[in-house]
Amino acid sequence: MSAVTKLKQRLKEPPPGPFRPEFWRSPLRGPWLTSLLGSLLLPLILIMALTGLISHDAYHPELAGNSPVNQAHDIGVLIQFPASWPSWIFALTQGTHVTVGLITIPLLLAKLWSVIPKLFQWPAVRSAANAIERLSLLLLVGGALFEFATGVLNIQNYYPWHFNFVVAHYYGAWVFCSAFLIHVTVKMPVVVRAYRERGVLKPLRDNLSNTRPEPASGTGADALIAVAPAPPTLSRRGLLGLVGGASLTLLVANIGESIGGPLRRLALLAPRGRVFGSGPNDFQVNRTAVAAGITPQLIGSGWRLQVRAGGRAMALTRAQLTAMAQHTHDLTIGCVEGWSTTQTWTGVRLADLAALVGAGEGATATVVSVQPGGLYGSATFASEQVRDPRSLLALRVNGVDLSPDHGYPARAIGPGVPGVHCTKWIGKVSFE
Amino acid sequence: MSFRKRYGANPVHLIVHVIGLAVAAYAVVELLGEKRWVNFAAWFLAAAVLHDLVLLPVYTVLDHVFRARLPSRSAAHRVPIVNHVRAPALISGLLLLIYFPLILGPARPGYFSATGHHPSGYLRNWLLITIALFAGSAAVYAVRVWRR
Repeated sequence: MSAVTKLKQRLKEPPPGPFRPEFWRSPLRGPWLTSLLGSLLLPLILIMALTGLISHDAYHPELAGNSPVNQAHDIGVLIQFPASWPSWIFALTQGTHVTVGLITIPLLLAKLWSVIPKLFQWPAVRSAANAIERLSLLLLVGGALFEFATGVLNIQNYYPWHFNFVVAHYYGAWVFCSAFLIHVTVKMPVVVRAYRERGVLKPLRDNLSNTRPEPASGTGADALIAVAPAPPTLSRRGLLGLVGGASLTLLVANIGESIGGPLRRLALLAPRGRVFGSGPNDFQVNRTAVAAGITPQLIGSGWRLQVRAGGRAMALTRAQLTAMAQHTHDLTIGCVEGWSTTQTWTGVRLADLAALVGAGEGATATVVSVQPGGLYGSATFASEQVRDPRSLLALRVNGVDLSPDHGYPARAIGPGVPGVHCTKWIGKVSFE
Repeated sequence: MSFRKRYGANPVHLIVHVIGLAVAAYAVVELLGEKRWVNFAAWFLAAAVLHDLVLLPVYTVLDHVFRARLPSRSAAHRVPIVNHVRAPALISGLLLLIYFPLILGPARPGYFSATGHHPSGYLRNWLLITIALFAGSAAVYAVRVWRR
């Protein structure tokens, strides 16, 4: 036998360890279990993709300065809710995005556990189809874990990386979702077959003593079934119960920061589960005045609001602003991190400010903070948002002046506006 | 030679992959335009490698070690205890994995500058939840043993 033939023979044999089929011993693994976990993941991933896209578009990325994503190459706005919708709409979609993301983690980990033998298949590449599929699986698994990891760390204000979170989470989602759609399309026949052969839910009837490895079906998906199964220590419904229990724990420990009220006390692990006092300014702060570099001089008696449209400009004192018609609305601040808070805001309508300087009907408004630097020191409101009577330059909250941490002397707020666009310590409003 | 034989799957498989990977390539090209794309790529690959080659083997080995140390079932206790330890331990471990920046503290500076407060109480809350999970699981176990 020539050396080359010998080598070929050797390479056909899997190396010891996880590359040998008998290494994987769980009797639960099999195409049916993976199909069920995948079927449960499918709607959750779709909800996250949809709410993620809604969130991206809620920032009005098409308006100047609103998006860190290069607009020349972006796909354009797909889903934008009318400004007339309830003020909590962004808090709802983004709270859903974050909460669904968190409760999906146990399911994702179970799904990855169920298919781990496939990572060590031998030979590592069987055909051109297998090679291209494995490449897409790298994007699928890497993309899923990247999206979940960056999202989870972002809601905790923890940024151990150097890239821009928004850009990376957005394009990471494109990589993940395209690999996800490939996967769903390619694996659908396997799922249909598994359900047809074993029933959609029938294997969940087995208690521990009835739990056996799935029968082989003579297809490639059999690779998931243990060839040397260990005795079961958990039934399939037990595994599902474990995943459900983990998801439920995550839900209870978090949902209060999105819904608020008494539930916030239950949100024991939510980054914004903190319960404040009962004062009018006692609610969640994102970036304190100190952190934003706001000094007493910047917001003291010398503060003026510059309002501009075209060639017309005027500077208003706070007394002049409070002398204008005041309007009060209950508006929700919804943060991209998933938490939200609804308060009663009083101030001048953005539309009234626009009229003051003779801005046209379709004008957008760019609000600029006096804060010396940092992210989100300005935001541009779409013309539809400017016209909405609930869009305010807020001066007071819950009947008293804004506290410095909530944006004194003036902050922008409007229905469905993402939290970071509710710019605080505003020094300038430009209508264009 | 048929297409299936040469390629290894039907043509739909190839078409779906070409379309999907083209979309992924668009996103990758956009990311390459970012200044910090090397860092992004490292995180992307590290996420997959850390899960598949570290996290999953670690929890599998821990599970094996734990089960090897369990006393063999005595006649008096026909109810296996294994999952009554596994479930609370796994859920508690998952909570730590997800919230370690707040529980163990590395999120402190970022959290403080965002909220004006130090993230306090997360370690205590995680321990409380862990105790509650184990206590709940033990209670269920006790009921199961008692009903035998």
